[in-house]
Amino acid sequence: MNFGTVLLQLSGGLVVSVEIFFLTLLFSLPLGLVVAFGRMSKNGILRTITKVYISIMRGTPLMLQLIVVYFGPYYLFHVRISAAYRFIAVIIGFAVNYAAYFAEIYRGGIESMPRGQYEAAQVLGYNKMQTFFLIILPQVVKRILPSVTNEIITLVKDTSLAFVIAVAEMFTVAKQIAAAETTVIPLMIAGAYYYVFNLVVALAMEKVEKHYRYYEA
Amino acid sequence: MGAESLLEIRHMRKAFGELEVLKDISLTVKKGEVVSVIGPSGSGKSTLLRCATLLEKMDGGSLSYLGRVVCKPEKGESGDSVYVPKGELRKFHRYFGLVFQNFNLFPHYSVLKNITDAPVRVLKVPKKEAEETAKRLLAQLGLEDKAKAYPCQLSGGQQQRVSIARALALKPEILFFDEPTSALDPELTGEVLKVIRQLAEEHMTMIIVTHEMNFAKEVSDRVIFMENGLIQEEGTPEELFNSSKERVQEFIGKLTND
Repeated sequence: MNFGTVLLQLSGGLVVSVEIFFLTLLFSLPLGLVVAFGRMSKNGILRTITKVYISIMRGTPLMLQLIVVYFGPYYLFHVRISAAYRFIAVIIGFAVNYAAYFAEIYRGGIESMPRGQYEAAQVLGYNKMQTFFLIILPQVVKRILPSVTNEIITLVKDTSLAFVIAVAEMFTVAKQIAAAETTVIPLMIAGAYYYVFNLVVALAMEKVEKHYRYYEA
Repeated sequence: MGAESLLEIRHMRKAFGELEVLKDISLTVKKGEVVSVIGPSGSGKSTLLRCATLLEKMDGGSLSYLGRVVCKPEKGESGDSVYVPKGELRKFHRYFGLVFQNFNLFPHYSVLKNITDAPVRVLKVPKKEAEETAKRLLAQLGLEDKAKAYPCQLSGGQQQRVSIARALALKPEILFFDEPTSALDPELTGEVLKVIRQLAEEHMTMIIVTHEMNFAKEVSDRVIFMENGLIQEEGTPEELFNSSKERVQEFIGKLTND
C-alpha cells in the first residue's frame, strides 16, 4: 500500500471523526445546560438524580459507556442491533458523557456570577427567563470559555474511542492499516491529523475568546 | 393631607434566622419627598430598602405603593405578611427604582443598552423612543459622550451615574439609593451627590440610605435615624441634627467631624 492510499484512507476516517466531533458538541452543549439546571435545582430528587448521573459519567471509562450504549438495548430489551445503530450509539455515548462535564463547567460559571447582577435585573423588572438568557448566560459564556476549550480539545482525541464498537473513524482505520502492513506509519500520520485538527480548534476558540474581550466583568 | 403617599410601610418585621434585623418599622413617603436613612452598620437600613424593593420578603406588617397593597397581614396590623400572587407582584417593579452601592451595571452591555434594554424589554417602549430618553438622561447627567462605552471603561462615579440613568429610564415614582457613594473615593462621591441633588431639585421622590451626613442634612426633607431594627428618631434635618437624644448626637458627631 503506497503512502497516497494511506493518506486517502485516513482522510476518509477523519471525516467520520469530524462528524462525531461536531454532532457530540451539537447535542452535549445544550444538554449540559439542562443537566446544570437539574444539578442546581431546588428540587432535591432532581438534584440527586443529576448528581448520580454526573458521578457515573465522570467516574467510569467513556469506552465502557460506549459499549453499554451499543449493547444495552440487546441485553435489556432483546432488540436486534442494526449496523446503523453503531454510529448513533457513538453519538449518544459521547453526547451524554460530555454533557456531564459541560454541566459542571456551566454550574461553576453560573455560580460565580455576582448576586448583584440578578438583583439589578430583578429590580429593573426582567423576568427569570430574561434575566438568565440576557444578563447571566452571556457573561457565563465568557467566563467558562477556557474550560470549554479544554473539553473540546479532549473530545477531538476521544473520538478515537469509537473504535471500541467498530465505527470506522480515523484511529480505527489507522490501526487496521498498521496491523495489515505491520508498520506504525499510519498511526503517526493519524497523530499528525489529530494535532492539526486540534490546532484548528484552538485557533477557532481563541477567536471566540477574542470576540468576548470587548468588555471586562 | 397634601401630596399623596407613594410608599407606605406599616409594622415591617424581618428576621434572618434568629437575628431580628427589622423589629417594627413604619414609614410613609409622600410624592416629592426626599428621605434620608442614617444609622450604624447592622441597624437594618439596607434590609429596609431590600424589603421595600422586593429583593427580600418581609415577615410581618404591610407594604403598599400608591395605595396598592404589596403585602399585608391576614389579621391585625403587625401579623405575618401575606403577599399578592407572583404575577401581581412583578407589576410593582415599575413603581420604584434602586441604585446599588456597587452599581451592578451589566458589563456586557454598552452604556446605552444598559439604559434602554429594560424599558424596551420590560415596558415594551419602542427602541427609538427608549434611545432618545437614554440620550437625554445621559446629557442631563453629563455623560453624553459615553453612550457607546462599556461599564469597564468608566470611572466609578461615571458608572454610578449610568446606573442612576438606568433606574430613571423606567420613570419610577420613587427612587431608592443604597449607600450610592460608599464604593467611591471622595472626589467621585461629589459628582454622584451632585446628580442626586439635581434630582431633589426636580422633586424626584427619593429614599437615600447614606453615611454622608452633610449631604443628608442639605438634601433631605426628612431624616430617619435607625438602630437595632427600629426607627429611633425621625424629623426634619434641623430637628434630627439638633436632637436631644444622646445616641443620635453621638452617631452624627462621629460622621460629621470634617
